[in-house]
Amino acid sequence: MSFKHEIAEWPEERIAARIAEADAAAVERALAREERTPADLAALLSPVAADYLEPMAKEAQRLTRWHFGRTIGMYVPLYISNICGADCVYCGYAVRSGNKERRRTLGPDEIRRECDILAGHGYRSVLLLTGEARRAVPVSEIAEAVAISREYFPSVAAEIYALDEADYATLVKHGLEGVTLYMETYHRPTYAQVHLKGEKADYDYRIDAIERAGHAGVRRLSIGALLGLYDWRQEGFWTALHGRYLQKACWRSAISVSFPRLLHVPERFGIPHLVSDRELVQLMLAMRLFLPEVGFNLSTRERADFRDGLIHLGVTMMSAGSSTRPGGYGTYGEETLEQFEIEDTRSPEEVAAVIRAAGYDPVWKDFDYAFDDAAIGEPSHQ
Amino acid sequence: MKETDFEIAGRAFRSRLMVGTGKFPSSEALRQTLEACDAEIVTVALRRADIGQAESDSILSVLDPKRHLILPNTSGARTAEEAVRLARMARAAGLEPWVKLELTPEPKYLLPDPIETLKAAEMLVADGFVVLPYIQADPVLAKRLEEVGTATVMPLGAPIGSNKGVKTRDMIRIIIEQATVPVVVDAGLGAPSHAAEAMEMGADAVLVNTALADAEDHAAMGRAFGLAVEAGRLAYRASLGPVRETAEASSPLSGFLKSLT
Repeated sequence: MSFKHEIAEWPEERIAARIAEADAAAVERALAREERTPADLAALLSPVAADYLEPMAKEAQRLTRWHFGRTIGMYVPLYISNICGADCVYCGYAVRSGNKERRRTLGPDEIRRECDILAGHGYRSVLLLTGEARRAVPVSEIAEAVAISREYFPSVAAEIYALDEADYATLVKHGLEGVTLYMETYHRPTYAQVHLKGEKADYDYRIDAIERAGHAGVRRLSIGALLGLYDWRQEGFWTALHGRYLQKACWRSAISVSFPRLLHVPERFGIPHLVSDRELVQLMLAMRLFLPEVGFNLSTRERADFRDGLIHLGVTMMSAGSSTRPGGYGTYGEETLEQFEIEDTRSPEEVAAVIRAAGYDPVWKDFDYAFDDAAIGEPSHQ
Repeated sequence: MKETDFEIAGRAFRSRLMVGTGKFPSSEALRQTLEACDAEIVTVALRRADIGQAESDSILSVLDPKRHLILPNTSGARTAEEAVRLARMARAAGLEPWVKLELTPEPKYLLPDPIETLKAAEMLVADGFVVLPYIQADPVLAKRLEEVGTATVMPLGAPIGSNKGVKTRDMIRIIIEQATVPVVVDAGLGAPSHAAEAMEMGADAVLVNTALADAEDHAAMGRAFGLAVEAGRLAYRASLGPVRETAEASSPLSGFLKSLT
């Protein structure tokens, strides 16, 4: 199976036609339904639905509370390397983006120091990140980083270059619970324009990677499109289809969606399809109405006030106090190159307090060492 | 034992309402709920609980071991082995050797895997655990679990969190009729009337979570469920009359019958 076959049935012309033909009646029908079809999704993503944000928000809130309760899971990113062999024109890590700051891959002791600081803030869930650098940071090193992180966190996820199923299985054996892998853009011509070299230029290899992770036993699969590269309505439609597809193809895995929006990009790149706050909210609401039981992750890419508002509208996981530099929590400070600038700079404690004040319970731990075979004996830092 | 008490694995309980602790907006909301519904058996997901940090954990910190039996559950476990590991870990951490067995390999509907559940139940019973398995409303599976030695069976009324009520009514009726262990209707009970319905059918207890966690007024909803469970139980003991399609005079044929010689 492959999502490629499914997405082939929804070329952009077909989606554009569905979006264009959506009228107020179509949006109202989509709102009233219990289970929504792709045509409903198109209606909810249409310009006409922009006048229905209030009823969409009410429904999104109802569905999210129904499936997740009033809880927000807390996680934090940990960059273990900023070395990168790809050339993604929108990314600060790309060599040709012209950034001169230091590039590092953290060693075991440095990873331990960063983990220790993050665990001290209360985190029990971490997301490890690398660049596209299979040679500089091989799978064996990522596996070691996963194993080290497991000494501090019951839940370890990774946002790394796309792998074969066997490599994902290796990481699962070392304790990996989640994989985040953004398609960046589902639009093939745009994909080719912004990913200029390296393995990442291979659209077909990347689009099936998350499914390979699922088949390898990864329990949490996160997908997303990098908003700004192409028309958000189309990307939202494809992302939602991908989510629904993965629910069937990887039925043992929990699916979540992120909405990374390009805000700060290298000078050589202009964001071709800027997405406004209002549009991003419409996208999230439409996604929630189509996929009531998937998680929504919200990173510190977005502004504090905007994030606070989104707590009520479908978000289920939030990061806080993040750094996008390897060693940024305590080892190297601001010496190393960052991937992108974060907007919400509040501490985890401050964000947790805001979540509580909004009437939600911040959940730090939602996975246990006992779940997988990698957990032998008691963790050393609990 | 008072008339309304019931027993699980030789232990008497006053309250027939078990409460799940997921999805609550705050520790305070959970505390108010438990207070109002007077539950004794309170289940906690081991994936969620930070047993090592019980004082700061937003669920464990609310529970009082003197008043509540903390019933650890294995939600999120996908295989028998995972569930068994979780149960053993909870026991090693000092919880009583009771476990609510939840083997829910698919995260969308959280439906129980009957094959892994039976396997895990066998392993856990052999290991000395009091096992309360969450199951599909399958009467044969319920009997198989009983044979393995589980302390209860916990058939679902509808998928977890669905609030749909006792959708599996016909099968639950058979399970109750056939059971020699307490039957606890678990999952899907979205309103006090649903809980009352399950109790009227003769369920020994019910387990409720989402409907309580999602309430606007936690104390009021807790009390509403507590009352409904009691009302349902009383009605069951008092024996409900049969349901009729049409109205029926109380002695329509009595004149004729009396005239018979």
